[in-house]
Amino acid sequence: MKEYDLIVIGAGAAGMSAALGAYEKGLRKILIIDRDEEYGGILQQCIHNGFGLHTFNKELSGPSFATECYRQIKDNPCIEFAYNTVVIATSANHEVKIQSKKGYETIRGKAIAICAGSKERSAGAISLKGARTQGVYTAGCAQKYANIKGFMVGKKVFILGSGDIGLIMARRMTLEGAKVIGVAEICPYSNGLARNVKQCLEDFDIPLYLSHTVVSVHGVPRLKSITLAEVDEKRQVIKGSEREIECDCLLLSVGLLPDVGLLDEMGAKLDRFSKGPVVNDQYQTSIPGYFACGNALHVHDLVDYVAMEAKKCGENIADYVLNHNERPLSIKTKASRGIGYVVPHYLAEGRDVEISFRVSNIYHDVSLKLSSGSYEKVIRKSALLPSEMVKLNLKKEDIEKFADELVLEVVE
Amino acid sequence: MELICINCPNGCRLKIQKEGDDFKVEGNLCPRGRTYAINELTHPLRTLTTTIRISNGIHAVLPVISDGQLPKDKIKEAIKVLADVEIKAPVSYGDVVYHDILGLGVDIIASRDMESLKKN
Amino acid sequence: MKDVIIIGAGISGCTIAHLLAKRKCEVLVLEKRADAALGASGANSAIIHSGHDPKEGTLKAKFNLLGNRMYEDYCQELQVDFKRIGAFVVASGEEEEKTLWGLFEQARKRAIECALLSGDEVRKREPNVADEITMGLYLPTTGIITPWEVCYAALEEAKMNDVDVHFNEEVMAIKKEDDHFVVKTDCGEYLSRYVIDCAGVRADEIAGMLGIDTYSIRARKGEYYVLDHKGYFTNAIIYPVPSNKGKGVLAVPTIHGNTLLGPTAEFVDDKDDDETTDDLYSVKEKLARTMKNIPYQNVIRNFAGLRPTGSNHDFIIKEDEKVKGFIHVSCIESPGLTAAPAIAKYVVEELLHDQYELKTEFKRRRKPLIMAKLTDEEKNHLIKENPDFGYVVCRCEKISLGEVKDVINRPLGARSIIGVKRRCRPGMGGCQGGFCEPQILEILAKELGIPKEKVLREGPGSEIALMKLKEDL
Repeated sequence: MKEYDLIVIGAGAAGMSAALGAYEKGLRKILIIDRDEEYGGILQQCIHNGFGLHTFNKELSGPSFATECYRQIKDNPCIEFAYNTVVIATSANHEVKIQSKKGYETIRGKAIAICAGSKERSAGAISLKGARTQGVYTAGCAQKYANIKGFMVGKKVFILGSGDIGLIMARRMTLEGAKVIGVAEICPYSNGLARNVKQCLEDFDIPLYLSHTVVSVHGVPRLKSITLAEVDEKRQVIKGSEREIECDCLLLSVGLLPDVGLLDEMGAKLDRFSKGPVVNDQYQTSIPGYFACGNALHVHDLVDYVAMEAKKCGENIADYVLNHNERPLSIKTKASRGIGYVVPHYLAEGRDVEISFRVSNIYHDVSLKLSSGSYEKVIRKSALLPSEMVKLNLKKEDIEKFADELVLEVVE
Repeated sequence: MELICINCPNGCRLKIQKEGDDFKVEGNLCPRGRTYAINELTHPLRTLTTTIRISNGIHAVLPVISDGQLPKDKIKEAIKVLADVEIKAPVSYGDVVYHDILGLGVDIIASRDMESLKKN
Repeated sequence: MKDVIIIGAGISGCTIAHLLAKRKCEVLVLEKRADAALGASGANSAIIHSGHDPKEGTLKAKFNLLGNRMYEDYCQELQVDFKRIGAFVVASGEEEEKTLWGLFEQARKRAIECALLSGDEVRKREPNVADEITMGLYLPTTGIITPWEVCYAALEEAKMNDVDVHFNEEVMAIKKEDDHFVVKTDCGEYLSRYVIDCAGVRADEIAGMLGIDTYSIRARKGEYYVLDHKGYFTNAIIYPVPSNKGKGVLAVPTIHGNTLLGPTAEFVDDKDDDETTDDLYSVKEKLARTMKNIPYQNVIRNFAGLRPTGSNHDFIIKEDEKVKGFIHVSCIESPGLTAAPAIAKYVVEELLHDQYELKTEFKRRRKPLIMAKLTDEEKNHLIKENPDFGYVVCRCEKISLGEVKDVINRPLGARSIIGVKRRCRPGMGGCQGGFCEPQILEILAKELGIPKEKVLREGPGSEIALMKLKEDL
């Protein structure tokens, strides 16, 4: 059986950065597996700019970002790539079953990094109702058709959900010759970054319908119309507000979910809110030796932050493999009022830790409160948005003062 | 006037006011915000990203990006020009695929490497 | 001149065609849609019922019982999956328990294996049955199939044994002339001695073409949720006690480990209206009475099917009294799936008077290649032989390129994205095709030798690619 120091599942920004981090801290036998024929993952279809300012100090497109990541490790003899390879199963004893044209094989890693990214919520997952029809796509799937395969799945497009991919696709399809009729968002605020609302919708006069949703789709064999409706504060459709909008394509940008399939099958502990695995401050999951980072851990707003987190994860893995460093689960982090989730889920004394979290509503001029036992820290924030991930550095001197739970909350 | 800066994901909320011949910009976290706000009022600029057709590549199209910003109102015209462009794989990241688009002094460059399709 | 024209390639049409293919007669199957099993046969609870439920003296009761006994062998013959997973009819309170006693008596009279259990005994086996349930009728002979798989397999073998199958061809008119029928479609005209009406919700309209107006059919919509295959929810089928509206809202494990929750039962006027609606909420409401811990977070899809409900409330399986040679196989709602092989046998042996001699040779279909059913060594062996089986196209369901190519290149091969999805499952998983559809499209284009722009989701007019980039600038 082939053995590796580290098996990385996924060759996107997270996977490549984790491998780099692990190599720099001393691991010498690393394998990166990807189901695709090349590195980069979803970045290859994100052809727009806006990446790289934080990690490469220049503005890059998605494919360029992937290329920059790749160039850092491509000639490294200690990092091997296995493309067109799918992981069928992983086990608690670190055996990884992989399948490719070469065969069906079991390999073993001293550690395994889950860098499998995220998947899009589908029409079924949001219980979209209506006809069996051609023309309903997740925004990412339509993006793949356009940016990799070279064609469009709609000419007259409506978009449900104001996630960034949806906004980006609104601009992309408009510039490529389609008519984008509008974007509906069930929340009273946009779930995409403000700059994307500006440059993808406002630049093209595409209306954004806040507190609206698409109830159902109609038309066989092809989509002919959708029913758009307004929702109340509880996100329930307001009767009588329904109206029919003609279109031949509905794109869904209704959220990403960490791809935790393999971890779930092994019975790893998952966070109900982030939908990703529960991890300690090394990014180790509840299955010993299995680590997670990037969108497979929690959905990030920026690929730069994915790369940074993954690199750190890789460094931690090296520490785990070479020094058998196991971090205790001394302090539990808790997302309280106004906070959607916090990662990591456990902290321990002895090192600085960066925590990431998202708020669950829009807040202006509020405070973030961190409290643990007698420790309390309040940070003023002019704005906190659900579309943006927030990161905080906790100093080890502070962590020493913590009791067994660290509570994060928004205080107005 | 209020603007949202599109330079980076911070999406700073900018306030811009004309003060004589100059502008007063507030709310920006970095100097790029000031430049953006003034440009947005005088001559808005955008980076262009799109794809062009590529023959014998591993994918049907090649992602490209403008090596600099273009006037916002020239973006559609620039894309129309690129509709007629087809190049041949292999291409390297950074290769100029279209020189000086619309005479604006901006090149269109390949966003990635694209190997040619192996015959097998 | 054909001996028999079968109208409709649902479960009835496919099973009858399969049986006739074994005999010396010329058969044509006409299907208006692009593939088999796209109507009621492709959107139902997928259960092989035990036969405990239909009213005494009905054709439903008779063929349900016969069908259930035939299914295991039938599926083995067709090389498709059948699992006898058993079922519980669960009751809460005195009134429902009384109904359950009645069903128990009826099942025993019909010699159906069954047992009455207390609520706790039921929960011991199926912990997610609701706490309010006080009694359960266990029916171990109840089974499940993948309905379209049975249809494809039956029709594939029929086709391999010289039955003509025409998809995308709609019957427009039928005339009886002397001893034969003239069947006019939107593509041509065919003569035959017999016409078998297996046209599902539209069987009454087909009969109407010959002036037969002895019954009518209304479409009764059934809406379902589909759960992804993760974790345990239920091992057996859980029925509530039946009402006059039917068998009620069920929890049904599928062959591939998903779970169906449904159906609703509402009449609709438009026989093409298989849209899902707000009625889906009633599934949740009703299911809460029989089940608990329902993992709605695992819902990956919802769908609706249309049952052909006859005005006479029973199957109609007979030669028409006036129009000789016209055979009704209509109003085949539940338990039609279960009854199908028994109905086919009855049609061929009784209604067609056993007049066609058996052929001496019958070609069997090539065994489907399913990676998931192989051991690690077998997988490796297969991949070494054909590397396409190593290349995974759909990672949710772990389907290989080899399997996709196989279902496209079979005698009754897939011709569309949905055709591939139903035959070997890419798109059935959590991502619902979001990741793999672009790849399936390319494989279809390549294998069928058509441009990518012509690849269809299901039938004509459902092209995936609407325009090339920058085409309309």
